[in-house]
Amino acid sequence: MIDTKVKIAGVEFKNPVIAASGTFGFGREFLEYFPISKLGGLSTKGLTLREREGNKGVRIHETIGGIMNSIGLQNPGIDAFIVEELPFLNSQDTVIIANVSGNTIEEYVISVEKLNQTEIDMIELNISCPNVKEGGISFGTKAEIASNVVTQVRKVCQKPLIVKLSPSAENIVEMAESCVEAGADALSLVNTFPALAIDISKKKAIFDNITAGLSGPCIKPIALRMVYEVSKAVDVPVIGIGGIMDYRDVIEYIMAGAWAVQVGTANFINPNACAEIIEGIEEYLQKEGISTLEEIRGII
Amino acid sequence: MKEGYREVDISSNTEIAKDIFELKVQLESNDSLGDPGQFYMFRSWDFDPLLSRPFSICNIEGNVVTFLYKIVGRGTNYLSKLKPKDKLKVLGPLGNGFNLNVNGKAALISGGIGIPPMIYLAKKLSTEIYFYAGFTNEVYYMDYVQKYVNKIYITTEDGSTGQKGFITDIFRPEKYDVVFTCGPSPMMKKVVEKCENMIPVFVSMESIMACGMGACLGCSIKTKSGMKRVCKEGPVFEGREVFFDD
Ligand SMILES: Cc1cc2nc3c(=O)[nH]c(=O)nc-3n(C[C@H](O)[C@H](O)[C@H](O)COP(=O)(O)OP(=O)(O)OC[C@H]3O[C@@H](n4cnc5c(N)ncnc54)[C@H](O)[C@@H]3O)c2cc1C
Ligand SMILES: Cc1cc2nc3c(=O)[nH]c(=O)nc-3n(C[C@H](O)[C@H](O)[C@H](O)COP(=O)(O)O)c2cc1C
Ligand code: FES
Repeated sequence: MIDTKVKIAGVEFKNPVIAASGTFGFGREFLEYFPISKLGGLSTKGLTLREREGNKGVRIHETIGGIMNSIGLQNPGIDAFIVEELPFLNSQDTVIIANVSGNTIEEYVISVEKLNQTEIDMIELNISCPNVKEGGISFGTKAEIASNVVTQVRKVCQKPLIVKLSPSAENIVEMAESCVEAGADALSLVNTFPALAIDISKKKAIFDNITAGLSGPCIKPIALRMVYEVSKAVDVPVIGIGGIMDYRDVIEYIMAGAWAVQVGTANFINPNACAEIIEGIEEYLQKEGISTLEEIRGII
Repeated sequence: MKEGYREVDISSNTEIAKDIFELKVQLESNDSLGDPGQFYMFRSWDFDPLLSRPFSICNIEGNVVTFLYKIVGRGTNYLSKLKPKDKLKVLGPLGNGFNLNVNGKAALISGGIGIPPMIYLAKKLSTEIYFYAGFTNEVYYMDYVQKYVNKIYITTEDGSTGQKGFITDIFRPEKYDVVFTCGPSPMMKKVVEKCENMIPVFVSMESIMACGMGACLGCSIKTKSGMKRVCKEGPVFEGREVFFDD
């Protein structure tokens, strides 16, 4: 019997595949294509205390093997999320993770306090969004600053807490260790890579914010290496993110030490990507005579 | 439950003017294959390019859906190389489409490769239709449109057919009860301005899309009632709702 269940911070996932924040909306659009209760979990679009319109100008640009985005955390705000989206999400039989961003520590704290009162399963602290001017990534590069945010949030947070790391951290292992020390129950990595594209005919950067976040298959080898290093260094579960396009990528992440994974850009290429990946994992395990993911986790 | 991407056979893929292709595909479906203003996402490649490309429905006859596209970059270049019997992956129909429930005299105004949805709209509207088409130089599809409309106005930028200039130069709004337009953003802006607050105008907006189905927010535009996704709440909007400059 194949068993792909994983338990992270006391929360049981029916399989290790989580839809990544910002790439799955609040699930509704995908429910038109497959039963989203098949998912191990779903991380919501990044939420902020107040509604955000997001960034102006070009928001998506394609590069070889990846895409750059500058959405700028367009979202309805925590209160509207709780009223308008959460009841639907909670009616789906999958783990719901609220991905939270803020400009200031106080905003993170208030947002988390509001979510404490709900039936959200877990919180994922996004200290790594490259597309907002204040907050976001500035919390995610220096270990001391990140550690301070996590400490303050941990004081109030009554839910299992995942901290999402930026690949721009000065030292990813040190960053991971200090977030765990500050109270993270799990880590997810990585967010998009700050990157640049230039329109040479207009002689201008493609994006109004100049830089934007790179995701997709081109980031996978680097993200995989980071997951490998971090999972060796910390004793909390690590969730691997970056460039997962099919089940083979997931198996690589598990072998590198991840407990679960998040699938992002692939959802744009194929709305059924997560469902197909989940099936692919089961088939792989079957074919290889492996009965639990634990057997291959961190074997590298 | 909607189908995801399905692999379909290409029936034909023909260059009908310089860099403009007509692509026909055979689609099986139990549901509607689409309405005017709706679009499909295409991919005929694996992961390179990574994203699919959106194209509007130009016509549907039986199970055959026709698209018109212009070669502008890598994706459309790949598409132009496809031959009959080659496979194409499509997702759709997507988006909201035009409201067909209108009365009186309708002006349909297209600029450049904004023409496909206007062609299918002309076929589907059951009212008096005046078709305005602006081309750069070569004129195409006008024989087909002829059957469905009361009158056609053509401009070309080089003056080779119809009047020389832009289509917005010759469009006279006061004659119409409703206006539909699709084309470059400055053209649609001009159309909306010409109609002032007198006549309802429906515009089909373009935006760079990643998912085409509402998940990435990459295609969001600012409207008077907040941010809207071109692929989901659009591509058709009430013209005065959108900000063309943003
Ligand atoms: C709802 C919708 C319907 C469309 N319908 C049609 C249609 O019926 N026929 C048609 O020819 N085109 C249509 N387009 C535009 C078409 O999708 C783009 O021309 C195409 O994606 C370009 O792909 P490419 O790989 O060839 O170009 P790329 O190599 O990706 O880019 C080349 C250049 O094309 C432009 N471009 C890229 N993507 C878009 C885009 N989504 N919209 C506008 N410009 C873009 C950019 O300026 C870019 O620099 C539609 C777009 C949308 C959003
Ligand atoms: C369009 C887009 C929007 C995103 N929005 C968020 C967000 O709101 N919060 C967040 O933590 N990560 C966000 N991400 C990052 C993804 O969750 C993920 O970490 C990243 O895309 C790498 O995974 P991938 O290569 O599988 O896409 C976004 C990514 C994309 C492409
Ligand atoms: S293209 Fe992704 S939301 Fe519209």
